[in-house]
Amino acid sequence: MYDFEYLKPKALAEAASILAGDGDAKALAGGMTFIPVLKQRLNKPSKVVDLAALGLSGIKVSGETVEIGAMTTHATVAASADVKRAIPALAKLAGNIGDEAVRHRGTIGGSLANNDPSACYPAAVLAMGATIVTNKRRIEADNYFQGMFATALEQGEVITSVVFPVPAKAAYMKFANPASRYAMVGVFVAKGPKGTRVAVTGAGQNGVFRHKAMEEALAKNWSADAVAGVKTPADGLNSDIHASAEYRAHLVGVMAKRAVAAAG
Amino acid sequence: MNAPFEGIGASMKRKEDLRFISGHGHYVDDINRPGQLYAYIKRSDRAHAELRGIDTAAAKASAGVVAVYTSADLTGIGGLPCGWQIHNKDGSPMAEPAHPVLASGKVRHVGDPVAVVIAETKQQAKDAAEKLVVDYKDLPAVATVTDAVKPGAAQVHEGAAGNVCYDWEIGDKGAVDAAFAKAAKTVKLDLTNNRLIPNAMEPRAAIGEYDPTTGEHTLYTTSQNPHVIRLLMGAFVLQIPEHKLRVVAPDVGGGFGSKIYHYAEEAIVTWASGKLAQPVKWAAERNESFMSDAHGRDHVSTAELALAADGTFLALRVKTLCNMGAYLSTFAPAVPTYLYATLLAGVYKTPAIYAEVKAVFTNTVPVDAYRGAGRPEASFLLERLVDVAARDTGMDRVEIRRKNFIPKDAFPYQTPVALQYDSGDYVSTLDAAMKHADWAGFPARRAAAKAKGKLRGIGMSTYLEACGIAPSKVVGSLGARAGLYEVANIRVHPTGSVTVFTGTHSHGQGHETTMAQLVSDQLGVPFSQVEVVHGDTSKIPFGMGTYGSRSLAVGGSAMVKAMDKIITKGRKIAAHLLEAAVEDVEFKDGKFTVAGTDRSKTLSEIALTAYVPHNYPIEELEPGLDETAFYDPKNFTYPGGCHVCEVEIDAETGVVSVVNFTAVDDVGRVVNPMIVEGQVQGGVAQGIGQALLENAVYDQDGQLLSGSFMDYTMPRADNLPNIKVGTETTLCTHNPLGVKGCGEVGAIGSPPAVINAVVDALSDYGVRHLDMPASPQKIWSIIQGAPRMAAE
Ligand SMILES: Cc1cc2nc3c(=O)[nH]c(=O)nc-3n(C[C@H](O)[C@H](O)[C@H](O)COP(=O)(O)OP(=O)(O)OC[C@H]3O[C@@H](n4cnc5c(N)ncnc54)[C@H](O)[C@@H]3O)c2cc1C
Repeated sequence: MYDFEYLKPKALAEAASILAGDGDAKALAGGMTFIPVLKQRLNKPSKVVDLAALGLSGIKVSGETVEIGAMTTHATVAASADVKRAIPALAKLAGNIGDEAVRHRGTIGGSLANNDPSACYPAAVLAMGATIVTNKRRIEADNYFQGMFATALEQGEVITSVVFPVPAKAAYMKFANPASRYAMVGVFVAKGPKGTRVAVTGAGQNGVFRHKAMEEALAKNWSADAVAGVKTPADGLNSDIHASAEYRAHLVGVMAKRAVAAAG
Repeated sequence: MNAPFEGIGASMKRKEDLRFISGHGHYVDDINRPGQLYAYIKRSDRAHAELRGIDTAAAKASAGVVAVYTSADLTGIGGLPCGWQIHNKDGSPMAEPAHPVLASGKVRHVGDPVAVVIAETKQQAKDAAEKLVVDYKDLPAVATVTDAVKPGAAQVHEGAAGNVCYDWEIGDKGAVDAAFAKAAKTVKLDLTNNRLIPNAMEPRAAIGEYDPTTGEHTLYTTSQNPHVIRLLMGAFVLQIPEHKLRVVAPDVGGGFGSKIYHYAEEAIVTWASGKLAQPVKWAAERNESFMSDAHGRDHVSTAELALAADGTFLALRVKTLCNMGAYLSTFAPAVPTYLYATLLAGVYKTPAIYAEVKAVFTNTVPVDAYRGAGRPEASFLLERLVDVAARDTGMDRVEIRRKNFIPKDAFPYQTPVALQYDSGDYVSTLDAAMKHADWAGFPARRAAAKAKGKLRGIGMSTYLEACGIAPSKVVGSLGARAGLYEVANIRVHPTGSVTVFTGTHSHGQGHETTMAQLVSDQLGVPFSQVEVVHGDTSKIPFGMGTYGSRSLAVGGSAMVKAMDKIITKGRKIAAHLLEAAVEDVEFKDGKFTVAGTDRSKTLSEIALTAYVPHNYPIEELEPGLDETAFYDPKNFTYPGGCHVCEVEIDAETGVVSVVNFTAVDDVGRVVNPMIVEGQVQGGVAQGIGQALLENAVYDQDGQLLSGSFMDYTMPRADNLPNIKVGTETTLCTHNPLGVKGCGEVGAIGSPPAVINAVVDALSDYGVRHLDMPASPQKIWSIIQGAPRMAAE
């Protein structure tokens, strides 16, 4: 990695102002993505601003929502009795990210800021219609994801939490890439305050997307059979050494069907 | 009082594990020498290009940089030598292009080293390397063996027309052709053995150090065979005489073959440390391991079997193209010839065999031996072919094997492809494996799986391998440029404890335990009183290291010979002390006793006398109790056995799960059953990895697509079932311990068992064969493409 200045501010405003004031400054959360990028010298930040001391971790559950602080680790979400009760699908998703070490470092804010096209959380956020809360504003999921590794975040904007409306039914099914264990195809289905929604990660060339045809089918008839009949076109899906676009399209159907069955 | 049993046959806990699991292992990268500099190797990002020039000025001016070297600086340095020469069908020698330490004139694979930057810190070396300006002119590249032999293919080396390294044959072509002409049935199968990346847990590393006051060079390196490195690098590359070159291979975190070979980085740090008179360290980053450690396997073959009407094998014909990569790695030419084609008889009495092997150069990382080396390629080909033969002829998979086994009373058995097997009982391992795996109960399990919507299959392989390498004279006649004996020095100390110096090297296998048990057993010394030393040419005698499951069969045999000398001398000393005739002194359980009396001396009493020779036959006998023996094996050893694999396939996704795996192997006498079980399980894990997960993939332009763990699928615990391991023993007849070797059997026997099970699971879809790895995508495409034959 290249040399950089390491800063660990104690106040959100300070962190935000350092990041806003220097286009080459970068935020650091769990470092699970960012540190390998630095080690491979793919990024040359002037400053690295560690978000660990800003008090951004924690889980709050009210009747209708679950709010998760940006710095909350995957392991914390997976183990949270509150999350397990309110949105069991979310706890389960977090518990299947990466490995034990990754889950104890990686954070929900880092995952969403990074918006890896194979990451799991983006599917949950989009399917449940969650709200990304930053130091500046609240961003609806539908406006937040803007393609691979691209989001609505502006320079210096820090995610502080994510608010999930509690769905009546939800489940996530992930077909892990055999090597990386990220989602090769992941499908999150939800029926809740934001409607009946289906989000697909791992498959699309532009990252996570909503599967409108499946949403319509499920809105009419919430059943595994309803999605099983929906064909997913291979156009616009990823193709690599592990899975062709056609295979991914097929897996979208299988994962969706299994997710609906699991959601009950 | 009975001491706990610690000898041959006891599952002693591994001595070395306390240091490994408590973080006290001492690996090359843990070593730091005073004044040490750091080397960073600039590697080619092109698969094939002319190297028109390297502008080093900015790099040299970069902070902390001590030196920048390119091939132009390496004057008077030889290329990396190849340790084995194969001859073509017409008797001419193989093409052996130069393998420069730093690329010269051309780069030939992604990862080919083009320059080295040496700086005060690793960061500075990397910073400076970014400032090197390399002027490449891209050339067309070729990555696969099938492309390399096409007319008009890009040429990797001028001296190797058509990219052919050698075109070799073994066996009796006439007899095979005649047998095929009159055979009742013939079966043909095209198959590929996938390319693998070894991925030892510890990446390679090397430190060169030079003492200008003595002129002595020291190389610390991650090697399986420090003396081999000293010989190759000293004599062929750097011209350093052996008494001025010390090679140390301390704790090494896995090798699987990839740390046998002499690599450029070893020569670079040794040479540069001499030039700069400062120690120089290089340690690979994981991405460098992917593009610079020798890869394994990579064969494309056609196999044909001729059978009589009753299923008796009449002849086998094999044609193989194998990938050497861009340069010849140390033992590369031997792997697809004498470690592969000579194994094509397997456990079967096929009377006529003919194999042609064409080795070709490509713009890929060099390919060499990887756990099993040649033998997994042979067992995969043969055990797939036998299953296909059973299918095509309507015979039972087990019966066709039994019918063609070499019977247990036929040993020694001469195969038509050079080897002579000394012992084995293939029926006993087959029967035991089928029993442990409950082969008979499979139909019920298949039906139960079907009820859950899963496709279940079972498969087996009855494999054989040749290890314990190797008789020097035999391998010399086959093209080896080295001897393959082993050596041991047994030093009984004055108080009776023992240090064993072995020429073999342990890099995870547990030699410090197994060998201590062996010595403890034979000399009657407590296990805790025996220490095994390996890995430092300044301490150990000249041995050949560890690979080819040779350490116990060859290295252990050398220990037995050295211990025989200790005992012979001890009897003379005891006879003197006990005033008896030497012939009357017996040695047993650590005691020298006058036969038929209770007069005896312990080994420690004898040792003390030997080093304090006051009352001693000093006229006839030298003092001391310290003996060295070299052992050159008379033959290879021939472990074999039966592996049974059971899989379940999710037909919707194509995911294959291994649900049961049983390995019953004949590894000869077992010294430590726990270690054997672990070695077999580790080998099977790698075999399942090859069969289902691992694949090194290059694109058409020679870029490595599976260049990190994000894309190269290593087997993990959750990919593996509980692997049941059993042994059935026949003793090796030609070494003193009766041992055969267990380090590679798991990786050799398991891949065909897995694929046979997968094909069986897909039997409703009319699948006859599929190549490794049986990835979900591949299985799904097969299911998509195949009309389902049987009714649902
Ligand atoms: C081996 C491995 C396996 C993995 N498997 C999976 C998987 O199966 N599924 C999955 O979904 N993910 C997986 N991940 C990703 C991991 O779970 C993390 O979510 C991811 O690395 C990012 O989170 P982080 O906290 O580590 O962020 P960091 O790496 O610290 O940061 C990532 C990026 O986000 C920015 N950032 C971080 N926090 C904020 C914030 N609050 N506001 C604004 N910007 C911010 C950083 O500047 C940086 O650009 C895996 C990672 C590894 C290393």
